[in-house]
Amino acid sequence: MFKYLKQLTSLVAVVAVLFTFTTESMAAKKSKTLKNTQKKGFVRCGVSQGLPGFSNADAAGNWTGVDVDVCRAVAAAVLGDANKVKFTPLSAKERFTALTSGEIDILSRNTTWTLSRDADIGLTFVGVNFYDGQGFMVRKSSGITSVDQFKNGISACTNIGTTTELNMRDFFNSRGISYEPVAFEKADEVVAAYDAGRCDTYTTDKSGLAAQRTKMKNPDEHIVLPETISKEPLGPVVRQGDSVWEDIVRWSLNTMIEAEEYGITSANADSMKTSDNPQIKRLVGAEGEMGAAFGLDNEWNLRIIKQVGNYGESYKRNIADTGILPDRGPNELWTKGGILYVPPSR
Amino acid sequence: MNFKLKDIIPQLITVLAVVLVFGFFTYNAQVNMENRGIDFGYGFLSQESSFDVQFSLIEYDGSHSYFRAYLVGLLNTILVSVIGIFFATILGVIVGIARLSPNYLINQFAAFYVEFFRNIPLLLQIFFWYFAALRALPLPQDAEPMFGVTYLTIKGLFVPAFIWQNFNIFFYSVVAAIIAIIVIRTHAKKVQESQGKQTPVLLISVGLILILPLLSFLIGGVRLSFEVPVLKQLATTSFIYEGGVSLPPELIALTLSLSLYTATFIAECVRAGIQGVGKGQKEAAASIGLTPNQVLKLVVMPQALRIIIPPTTNQYLNLTKNSSLAAAIAYPDLVLVFAGTALMQTGKAIEIVSITMFTYLTLSVSISILMNWYNKRIAITEK
Repeated sequence: MFKYLKQLTSLVAVVAVLFTFTTESMAAKKSKTLKNTQKKGFVRCGVSQGLPGFSNADAAGNWTGVDVDVCRAVAAAVLGDANKVKFTPLSAKERFTALTSGEIDILSRNTTWTLSRDADIGLTFVGVNFYDGQGFMVRKSSGITSVDQFKNGISACTNIGTTTELNMRDFFNSRGISYEPVAFEKADEVVAAYDAGRCDTYTTDKSGLAAQRTKMKNPDEHIVLPETISKEPLGPVVRQGDSVWEDIVRWSLNTMIEAEEYGITSANADSMKTSDNPQIKRLVGAEGEMGAAFGLDNEWNLRIIKQVGNYGESYKRNIADTGILPDRGPNELWTKGGILYVPPSR
Repeated sequence: MNFKLKDIIPQLITVLAVVLVFGFFTYNAQVNMENRGIDFGYGFLSQESSFDVQFSLIEYDGSHSYFRAYLVGLLNTILVSVIGIFFATILGVIVGIARLSPNYLINQFAAFYVEFFRNIPLLLQIFFWYFAALRALPLPQDAEPMFGVTYLTIKGLFVPAFIWQNFNIFFYSVVAAIIAIIVIRTHAKKVQESQGKQTPVLLISVGLILILPLLSFLIGGVRLSFEVPVLKQLATTSFIYEGGVSLPPELIALTLSLSLYTATFIAECVRAGIQGVGKGQKEAAASIGLTPNQVLKLVVMPQALRIIIPPTTNQYLNLTKNSSLAAAIAYPDLVLVFAGTALMQTGKAIEIVSITMFTYLTLSVSISILMNWYNKRIAITEK
C-alpha cells in the first residue's frame, strides 16, 4: 500500500498543478480592462464635445447618440446596466492620448479608421458603426452647388488633428486650387467662425456637417455639396494589448447590427428566447455558450438588445428622428442595399 | 577640507531622489509604450507632414517635413510675442504714467482700464476679440477702404505690399544713419561731460534718419511702389482681396488681446517704478534748475527703470507663454501646429510634447537673459 504512496502524491500534485493552471488561465482570460471596469462599476468612454446624433449631452447631462450607444452596449454586456458609463468629452486632438494613457477604455468618437492610426499609435479599431465621407458645406447665397466652382483663394474652416485636414490638402492640391486652411481645436469654434463669415466653406465628415448645420443660426441658409472626397469609416477604438476587451467591444457592436438583421428589437427580445431559429436564440442568450469566452455570462447580448436596442433603433432614435440624416444611405443592412455586414455570432 | 560631510549628504540625497524619480518615470513610460506597441523616436521629424498651415513666415506646405512645420509654428509664436511685447510695452508705459497724472479724468480712466482688463481671464478676452468683434466686421465686399487702400474685413486686414527696387541701397542708408546717430550721441555726451555744452542730439538724429534714406531715393536709384489689394469674386456672395499683404484676423485678435491684457501689468510696474523714486530726488533735481522734462529723463527714469525692469521681464515671459492660447482661435502657433496637428497625425505624444516644452523653456530663458543683461547695463555703477 505504501509502495504507491509516492506515485499517488505525485499524481495528486500533478492534478493540483493542472487545476491551478486551468483556473489561472481562465482568470487570465478575463481581461485586465474588464476586471478594472467591473471593479469600478462603470465603463470609461471617450466621446466628442458635442456632435448631435453621435455623442451629444442635453442640458441635464444625459448623453445620446450612436457613438454613445456603443459604450452603453458594452456597459450593458459587462456590468448589466447600460447607464453605468462615465463619458469623457474629448477634442480631436486629445482623443488618442486619452486612450493610450489609460484615461478611458473605449474611444467612441466618430473616429476614422486608417492604416497609420491602427498600426502606429498603439490603438486597435474594432469595427465600423458609421460609414461616412468628407464633404463641404457652403452658404446657399454663394450660388455654389458643386466643388467644381471652388476658386483660388477660398478659405476653408475645419478641425485640427483630423483626417479632414489631410484630405482637404489632397483635394485642393489635386485640383490645383490655392486655399486658406483655418483650423480650430473645437468643433463649436469652427461652426462659430464659419457662421460668422470667416470662411467660404466648412469641411468635415458629411454626417458632421449635417449635424453641425442644426447648430447654425439659420440652418436653411447652408447646403452640403453633393461631392464626397474621401472614405471615412467611423468606429470605436480600444487600446492595443487587451484582445479580450477588444473582442467584447467588437461583439457588442456586432450584436446590435446582427440583432437588426434578425428583427430582434428591445421590445421583442425576451419573447425571441423561444424562437425556432437557433441564430436568433444565440443572439438572446438562449442557446450556446456565447459569453464564456469573454468571461461574461450567457445573457450579455440579450441585455444589449433590451437596454440599448438594435443598430436600426439606435440610428432611428439618434440620427433619423432628429432630422440629421433621415436617409440611411450606406449605413443600411447588406440585406437592404447598404454595406452593414457583420460576422455571425456563433 | 572646508566643507563638512553633513552639508554634503542632504545635497547628495536630493540629487539622488531627483534622478530616481526621473528614472522611474522614464522607465514607466518605456514599459507602457512597449506594452502598447508605441515606438519612441524623433525620426518622424524628417517625414512629410502632408498638412497645410494657414499662415507662415517661411515657405511651407504639406510636402515639407514635420521639422519645417515645427519651425513654422515656432516663428508664428515668436512673431505674435514680439508684436505683443512691442505694443504692450508702449501701451503699458503710457497708461502707467497716465495713472500718475494730476488730471483726475486721465488717471481715473487709466485706473479703470487697468482694473477692467487685468481682472478678466485672458482666454475670455481672446474669444471676445475674435468672435464678438469679428462678427461686427464687414464682409470683404462691404468693407469701406481706410486711406483708400487698406481694408479691415472679417477675413482679415488687407494692406498694400511694398515693392522695392534696389532695396539694399535703401537698407544701407538706414544702417548708415543709425551708425552716424550713435557716433554723434557718444560724442555729444563727451562734449557735455567735458565742456558742459549741450548739442541738439534729437534734432540731428531725426534729420539724419530722414535725410539719408531720402538721398537714397533721389540719387541711389531706390524706387518704391505699392501693390494694392484688389477685390476678387469667388462666388456670388464670396469675395477675397488679392495682392498686397493680408494679416489674418486670428493674428490681429491674438495680438490685440495679449497686448491689452499684458499692458495692464506693465502699467502697474511702471507706476510702481516711478513712485519708488524718492520724492527728495525730484525736489533736489528741481532745485538745481532742471526742467520737469530733464527731471524725468535724467533723474527719475534712470532710477525707476531699475525697479521696472525685473517685474516687466516676468510680464514679457507671461505674454510669450500666454500666446499658446492661440490654439483656441486657429492662429497657427507652436501649440496648434506642432503640439496639435503634428501630434495628432504622428501620435508621437511624448516626443512632441517634450520638444514643445523645451522650446518654450528656451524662449523664456532667452528673454530672461536678454532682460537681465539690460538690467545690469542700466544698474547704478558705484564709483
